[in-house]
Amino acid sequence: MMETVTLTIKKQPELRLEAEKITPDAFAGKSAAEIAELPVFEGRETATLGTYFDVAGKGGETAAETKIVVKGDASRVKYIGMKMTAGEILVEGSADMYAGAWMEGGKLVVKGDVDAFSGTGMKGGIFEIGGNAGNYLGAAYRGDWRGMQGGTIRVKGNAGSDTGYFMNGGTIVVEGDVDVHVATHAEGGTIIIKGNGKSKIGGQMVKGDIYVFGTIDVMMPGFVYRKDVDLEVDGTKATFALYEGDMGERHGKRKGEVIYGKIYQKY
Amino acid sequence: MAEYLIKNGFVFDPVLGIKGDKTDIAVKEGKIVESTALSNPQVIDAAGKTVMAAGVDIHAHVAGPKVNAGRNFRPEDKLFTYKAGKGAMRMAGGFSIPTTFKTGYEYARMGYGTVMEAAMPPLYARHVHEEMRDTPIIDEGAYPVFGNNWFVLEYLKNNELENTAAYISWLLRTTRGYAVKIVNPGGTEAWGWGLNCNSIHDPVPYFDITPAQIMKGLMDANEYLKLPHSIHVHTNNLGNPGNYETTLDTFKLFEGEKPKDSFGRSQVMHHTHVQFHSYGGDNWGNFESKADVMMDYVNAHDNLTIDIGQVTLDETTTMTADGPFEHHLTELNHLKWANRDVELETCAGIVPYIYSPNIKVCGIQWAIGLELALMAKDLMRVFITTDHPNAGPFTRYPRVMKWLMSQKAREAQLDAMKYGDKVRDATFISGIDRELDLYEIAQMTRAGTAKALGLKDMYGSLKVGIEADVAVYDYNPETAEDPELIEKAFGNAAYLFKAGEMVVRDGEILGNGRKRTLWVDVKVNDNPQVRRDITEKFLKYYTVSEANYEVHEEGYIRNPFRIEVDATQ
Repeated sequence: MMETVTLTIKKQPELRLEAEKITPDAFAGKSAAEIAELPVFEGRETATLGTYFDVAGKGGETAAETKIVVKGDASRVKYIGMKMTAGEILVEGSADMYAGAWMEGGKLVVKGDVDAFSGTGMKGGIFEIGGNAGNYLGAAYRGDWRGMQGGTIRVKGNAGSDTGYFMNGGTIVVEGDVDVHVATHAEGGTIIIKGNGKSKIGGQMVKGDIYVFGTIDVMMPGFVYRKDVDLEVDGTKATFALYEGDMGERHGKRKGEVIYGKIYQKY
Repeated sequence: MAEYLIKNGFVFDPVLGIKGDKTDIAVKEGKIVESTALSNPQVIDAAGKTVMAAGVDIHAHVAGPKVNAGRNFRPEDKLFTYKAGKGAMRMAGGFSIPTTFKTGYEYARMGYGTVMEAAMPPLYARHVHEEMRDTPIIDEGAYPVFGNNWFVLEYLKNNELENTAAYISWLLRTTRGYAVKIVNPGGTEAWGWGLNCNSIHDPVPYFDITPAQIMKGLMDANEYLKLPHSIHVHTNNLGNPGNYETTLDTFKLFEGEKPKDSFGRSQVMHHTHVQFHSYGGDNWGNFESKADVMMDYVNAHDNLTIDIGQVTLDETTTMTADGPFEHHLTELNHLKWANRDVELETCAGIVPYIYSPNIKVCGIQWAIGLELALMAKDLMRVFITTDHPNAGPFTRYPRVMKWLMSQKAREAQLDAMKYGDKVRDATFISGIDRELDLYEIAQMTRAGTAKALGLKDMYGSLKVGIEADVAVYDYNPETAEDPELIEKAFGNAAYLFKAGEMVVRDGEILGNGRKRTLWVDVKVNDNPQVRRDITEKFLKYYTVSEANYEVHEEGYIRNPFRIEVDATQ
């Protein structure tokens, strides 16, 4: 049976709060009092979730049966939904960095904005952002070559720079504009930009698909125009110019044919 | 200082020939003593537990510039591994390239007391010593690399044995080094030209000397100097299918040679991580084990020692002074690569690597390491290593012991591989029913390594008068059946006494010990030519002055332990 836990922020942390336990997995099977005792970190100090949040309701029997609602301004709370495998989180305002990082399943909805590295290393599930996303959306952790591998991220607003850095799979849809560096080093996955791109789109890309509905300020010199194609992308039917690259990178072959990274730009 | 009486444990000591008999071990003032010498000891009840001398690791990359470069360029190796400081412990983390603190704590928790850093670039010896100083508990020493050093190449080309020896003496003293390490002799220098030496007879560009001449010449110099450890070799052609022939050629260079030291070692050459050098086939498709050929040779020649370099099937970080090999590796796995040239001396490369149980070649590599140990007749000459972190992190030693001690555990691992049957076909592992016992494990991890290092009177045994480095494991060899108990017990020592001080209890770190750094000070006759050559090379080539090169004990080493050798006669 689905149960709902409501977290209402009552005290803003002085430093950014690291609250990786705000997940259906950690809340499942726990009462409000037990949830309030879960650890959070403010700088080098360990505190409890209850220090910063009023907790109401209780967790369901499993993660899949647990929904979390975060009320108030959580824009200084990091790691909401980290590694969640099932269930649901609704953040009514904004969230800080690393929202939905390494998420494996379930649904995370942030009605406001999220800061950098949200959806880092995501493996599965659905992540929706009502406002804007920061830099490194759906990217890899620093140093890692395994970025987003599965699942779907949808941003209603704009995304920052380095979206889909080292992306290997899954889908990112940005309904607004993106800043520089998209799908850098990507080896798979799909990024759909419904607004405008700037520059360095697909740099060092080995494999994967990027769709840009608006303008591209500077096309990477490593991408070559191939042909026009008619496609339906995220509900929009249109003609796209197909570019392949990055010609400076190694590329694998399938059935004797070299597989490149692809940029589709809508006419 | 506290006295301890470790009572009723099952003691395994290959030096004393004790094979699990219940024996009491007495500790006083940092040494093992007769129990009658104790006045008011704290009694440690070791009933039902295993007691051994603390472990001695002969080969691991645990300190210095390439280890630190690995830490810097692999933040993902640290992810989710950090633990806050607690009690005697400082904050520590990292998996395949742990912080210096974690390195000390984890070795101690495995009951190890001494570790040798396997490759010290002389130019960056200060960095190596700074990291060793910050590694708690364990005694350490470092092997400076000689196999691609311009002085060595020039002297040996002209067969100048005494000059080579005088230079080794100077460099060991200047870098506070322990032994003569050779990595891909000549090949690392050739890498400066974008080339490599793929056999021991490939000439080195410009210097026009062969790897065989370098290795043989350095062995002669090593024996001339009567150093505690033999030359410590990583030969050419590492990691390539069919390379076992190069390895055999290397072994044969030393046929008939006898050690001339007075430290009691039996070998003139230690070959490290032989697993990486025991490959048959001529491509990755027909890649196969040649462990049988290697061990036939090693078993028949008692002037060699080896360590296995066991692949642990983990995600790890490869790092070696074999620069061309690391370039080869990044071309294979397309992961990030770091490369560094070290002026007149060496170079280094770093590439992350995933030894996946789902890849056939990784499975074969895993099998070869174990076969080397399981086919060995004399385990006083064959040692456990993972070439940390190259074939896996040292923290997996307890798991390696489990595989060596249990055929059931080996078969379970083979069954868990995606291509287990293909791995069985390309190796001998499945036909080997030998299960090593704790006495043999003690040979491979303590007694044998201490002897090969020339440190048998300091470490590796529990005989009276030796350092009181004692490990107690919660493992009852009479009743234990589940192989998982081996891994658990040997990864969480019940007690570790380091120089008589209790530093681990129930797997918890109690103290940081009084860590020492071992180095070898070998005296040779004054050699004006070598002195002049050194001055000239610093003026002409080095980016630092000679005065800024030396490792001073003050500031760089907390507790230096100098081993003196006289080679003036």
